[in-house]
Amino acid sequence: MINALSYAELNARQRVEHLLDPGSFTEILGPSARVVSPHLALLGVPYAFDDGVVIGTGLMHDQPVLIAAQEGRFMGGGVGEVHGAKLVGLMRLALKVRPMAVFVLAESGGVRLHEANAGLIAVSEVMRAVLDVRAAGIPVVMLIGGANGCFGGMGLIARCADHVVMSDQARMSMSGPEVIESSRGVEEFDSRDRALVWRTTGGKHRFLMGDCDLLVEDDMGAFRQVAASLLGCSQKLNLQGLLDEQRVLTERLENTGQCNDAGEIWRRLGVEHPERVADMDVEQLQALKASQILGAS
Amino acid sequence: MNWKELVIALFGEAHTITRTGDVISGDAHLQVAEAELTIAVVGTTDHAEIGVETALAQARLVLDTVSRYPGRPIVLLVDTQGQRLRRRDELLGLNRYMAHLGCCVDLARRNGHRIIGLVYDQALSGGFITSGLMADACYALPEAEIRVMRLPAMSRVTKISEDLLRSLSETNPVFAPGVANYVAMGGIQSLWSGDLKQCLLDALADPNTSDIRTRLGADRGGRALAERVVHQVIEA
Repeated sequence: MINALSYAELNARQRVEHLLDPGSFTEILGPSARVVSPHLALLGVPYAFDDGVVIGTGLMHDQPVLIAAQEGRFMGGGVGEVHGAKLVGLMRLALKVRPMAVFVLAESGGVRLHEANAGLIAVSEVMRAVLDVRAAGIPVVMLIGGANGCFGGMGLIARCADHVVMSDQARMSMSGPEVIESSRGVEEFDSRDRALVWRTTGGKHRFLMGDCDLLVEDDMGAFRQVAASLLGCSQKLNLQGLLDEQRVLTERLENTGQCNDAGEIWRRLGVEHPERVADMDVEQLQALKASQILGAS
Repeated sequence: MNWKELVIALFGEAHTITRTGDVISGDAHLQVAEAELTIAVVGTTDHAEIGVETALAQARLVLDTVSRYPGRPIVLLVDTQGQRLRRRDELLGLNRYMAHLGCCVDLARRNGHRIIGLVYDQALSGGFITSGLMADACYALPEAEIRVMRLPAMSRVTKISEDLLRSLSETNPVFAPGVANYVAMGGIQSLWSGDLKQCLLDALADPNTSDIRTRLGADRGGRALAERVVHQVIEA
């Protein structure tokens, strides 16, 4: 790709600038508002003037949108009291101004352990707020492409959204590999085995499984193009939708619940050469999924 | 309190609640004025670790209630050590299974079911977020334990001395485990003691179904900023 701009290498504010129409972003409670975590200061830990999340309004293809971007370089994007409240506030603002979409550029290890109790409650508040926006027919779109991945509570929030978009370098799961290794030992999950980590939590696996809807290259332009295509694309949750999801997840468990490696799962999904997946680019994976995958959705 | 003692305290003998694996479920009956009210009970026991099967089983029970018994109140009984820490569960997409449970609880609310959460033993991180914390309101028994992590582990992760964390936690509920801290922050509506059946009836009679936890946290002084920040954003 010519002139590709790596999404992963940009910070939260740069991603927002590049995703939206140039100059259209207006930040809410930006750094000058100095709304900082009161808890980090007590611990003597450096705090950020935006508490690690950039939120605001803007335009995409001249259509009004709301946007949030987590800064993975500040406390791993962890959700604390203020950080979580900014996300909740943005979702409630969406109910008021009815944008064409709410984009969440997720990059987070989940609950910020320095203010653990507040973060835990905040994650459930964000989940409820996201589902309120979804119920109002406004699409919530998760974009995941940062180096820190999308884990823990943020992985839960992501799966409450209408759409999940990942880059092939991105990762999403519940517990991170390091957490599992420290709890169950290196035999359970070797967090330094990059290939293992990627095929367990990475964008390609999530795409083949259907846990993310769209897979893109690690390129800002690719993210922008996909984001624009989802404007106004609401998928309201209803009983039938959740019964369908129940069926999909039940069948997944029946068909692949005994598998211990992504390669086995991909084979059962109909991938003829699972060993080639790691070297495939996004276009090849899209073609593979369109042609061969039967069991996933 | 174990789950059998709990359901007796809540419903007497008027229930069909049984245990399958770590999941408990069934119907219970309460006398409300002249009428008999049937309640669906869904929960876990034995500090259940929430893996893909446990999350899916609970989601199934919630969806069954929504499908077959419109409007029937649902009580979520929480006792969990958190999400299962296995590579296999992550491979299968544990976050999706758990989020699905949360979405099912949320759908039940939108379809007119009252949802009451009750932490009767232990509630930890992810296992709690997608069950009790998705209810209309979540309550706890005073002897229950709620936490993300204990102070020694928190000290290791954050590289902040345990002594400092312990002294800060005496004045700030954000740091230390404990149901009282969760009440102060608004995550737990109140603690139940004495006549638990009456506590449940009172909870079911509370008409509120919107999320008021940031406001409770501000009123109670346990989360000073969240409510103000939410409003600043909405008014921006």
